[in-house]
Amino acid sequence: MLYRESGDFSETYKADSQTFPIKFDRYRYYAVLAFAFLVIPFIINDYWANAVLVPFLIYAIAAIGLNILTGYCGQVSLGTGGFMAVGAYACYKLMTAFPDVSIMIHVLISGGITAAVVTLFGLPSLRIKGFYLAVATLAAQFFLVWLFNRVAWFYNYSASGQINAPDRTVFGYLVTGPNTEAWAKYLICLIFLTFTGIAARNMTRGALGRKWSSIRDMDIAAEIIGVNPLSAKLSAFAISGFFIGISGALFFSVYLGAAEVGEAFGIQKSFLVLFMIIIGGLGSIFGSFAGAAFMVLLPVFLKNVLVGGLGWDTALAAHLEFVIVGALIIVFLIAEPHGLAQLWRVAKEKLRLWPFPH
Amino acid sequence: MKRLATATVAAVMAAAPVMADLVFPSLSYRTGAYAAGGIPFADGYADYMTLLNERDGGIGGVMTRILECETGYNTEKGVECYEATKGEGALVYQPLSTGITYQLIPKATADGIAIHSMGYGRTSAANGKVFSNVFNYPANYWNGASAVVQHILDVNGGDIKGKKIALVYHNSAYGKEPIRTLEELSKKHGFELSLLAVDHPGQEQKSQWLQIRRERPDYVTMWGWGVMNQVAIQEAVNIRFPMENFIGVWWSGSENDVLPSGDDANGYKAVTFHNVGNNFPVFEDVQKHVVDTGKAAGAGDQIGTAIYNRGFYAAMLAAEAVRNAQAIHGVADITPAMMLDGMESLEITEARMAELGMPNFGPSFKVSCENHGGPGTVGVAQWNASSKTWSLISDFKETDMSVIQPLIEADSAAFAAENNITAGCK
Repeated sequence: MLYRESGDFSETYKADSQTFPIKFDRYRYYAVLAFAFLVIPFIINDYWANAVLVPFLIYAIAAIGLNILTGYCGQVSLGTGGFMAVGAYACYKLMTAFPDVSIMIHVLISGGITAAVVTLFGLPSLRIKGFYLAVATLAAQFFLVWLFNRVAWFYNYSASGQINAPDRTVFGYLVTGPNTEAWAKYLICLIFLTFTGIAARNMTRGALGRKWSSIRDMDIAAEIIGVNPLSAKLSAFAISGFFIGISGALFFSVYLGAAEVGEAFGIQKSFLVLFMIIIGGLGSIFGSFAGAAFMVLLPVFLKNVLVGGLGWDTALAAHLEFVIVGALIIVFLIAEPHGLAQLWRVAKEKLRLWPFPH
Repeated sequence: MKRLATATVAAVMAAAPVMADLVFPSLSYRTGAYAAGGIPFADGYADYMTLLNERDGGIGGVMTRILECETGYNTEKGVECYEATKGEGALVYQPLSTGITYQLIPKATADGIAIHSMGYGRTSAANGKVFSNVFNYPANYWNGASAVVQHILDVNGGDIKGKKIALVYHNSAYGKEPIRTLEELSKKHGFELSLLAVDHPGQEQKSQWLQIRRERPDYVTMWGWGVMNQVAIQEAVNIRFPMENFIGVWWSGSENDVLPSGDDANGYKAVTFHNVGNNFPVFEDVQKHVVDTGKAAGAGDQIGTAIYNRGFYAAMLAAEAVRNAQAIHGVADITPAMMLDGMESLEITEARMAELGMPNFGPSFKVSCENHGGPGTVGVAQWNASSKTWSLISDFKETDMSVIQPLIEADSAAFAAENNITAGCK
């Protein structure tokens, strides 16, 4: 009733192959975009920006990046935290070395640098698979954190090893630094997320994405039908690295403003992003968003309800938060092993028939 | 969407202001690897404020309110806590984490709220000309590093040429802070410095202590926090390192750190900028008005422990700054901007501390715009394992400001240049 294809005819090939072929889906997508760009910037406040929306947008970029690598191409990575650190430190070095260049360009270049580093660490994937590859990327995680802690050049020889984001503007509006308005922070992250989301969606449903999926499903068969594993795997590492680098750069410059590599980009960050894509749904762009939302919003929501709403002791609430989030992850994965994205797909199927299921 | 909507309602409810009270956010961590230090500090801070409410009816007739927010020592949660609490008229932040302090320095400065990072945070914030909103009186890490060397000098009759000193440090902004000072001091006094980093959370230190066993340094000093301290002291016991040659900074000097090693930890030393023990008249009031009435933040059994005392002391300094601000502006319900004035001209005298029932609890000092760091006087405490108490073996002494002051100037100048701040007083 609400959601149906009947009467929705495609008259051209182009119309048939668009991202959202169903009208209802398409309008919903436009409505979400319009709300995100035209409504939220006007009602957002500091708390919503810094505690909820900006981390959600940034983690969504990272989750899309990791989903390309793990969900679409099947290469397990535990190095996301370290790769985000590459983006962050690249951005810091660029911001301080070239203060006159726009921060937008710095973020993109940071993504490029991260892509190069990730591709380098992706080389072992040509020889090793599965758990063994996971260990190789785990090594990357520890090596990168060690490197940024060890070599003082990366943090401009500051006494404490902390990096601080200086004030930078886009079109005259501050986007980094403490005086940034909430809407500016939010919008810059949203712009990057929109572009990465659209790019990822189109890549994954094109020739490149099919190559990745074939490598994931059975690499020997893929090789036999003519997919070059070298280019397919390394392109997945490079593109995934580009997205993760962007998210790391934004995470440091726009969201935190000051970072310390072991604390902000440790192994727990790698696991966090991996959990996002597992809970959201492997091999789904929507799943990346859903997973990021779940992992970012749920703790903040629980904290506000338990401490703010019910007035509980903060320590008790913090411990209970672990229990609830953990239990919900288990429940979700038992109820739907393919993640929130699959739940959404099932819901759509049901909605097609509703209210006449037979 | 429903979840979002409920969260909004909860956030709005949490943010609804209550009129006429003095709000002190407490970014505590009662969970995680550093909870052993976070809990007593938060309890001490809250108990002093509760005491003021119960015994005196607040400060100058206005009740105090502690706004506790759990950070778990995590910077992202620290940001969330800051944003959630700043709108409620927060007067002063005590982040109790060097990482979160670095995070909040620019934010709080932009919002016009004070930060009191007492004995932690960015050391060069002592230069109030650059860091207008950050205070780290009465002592900072570099005073601590200098005090450690000073103590070693005292023990050796003033000559430590050729001696070896090892620094075991938490591999983070916090642990790296003293390195520069120790390097300068090693040049000045001619001792050899070796640096041993321990990664978060610090449970794995076998290789560092193996190195110490091999290199046989004459002294080991430690910048550790949380579970790292206990492990280090146990490892030192295991290699039979003489405890009286092992000196921790104040964050490595609590009961929690030495008790697990039992009698073997006897003689371990830690520098401190406030007094230790529960032998102060004010604690009787705490017992009577706070613990016995069931209003204590914790179980009430932490009174007199090193870190409880530190939280208590931090609260006392905050309350005195409020009193000072009330006196300056003639308003009882002060604003964050007035609080800044109160902190900037704070004066703590021995007479005032005695009046508060805390004689010789800390140094007497005076804050000014040029000096947000206080006098930097530091004492040394030693652990007695049989009586399970700390005792001061050296009173609060001056540290080597001839080394520290140029470092403060240089680091704050670098910060000012990076952030386009023109140094100067209002």
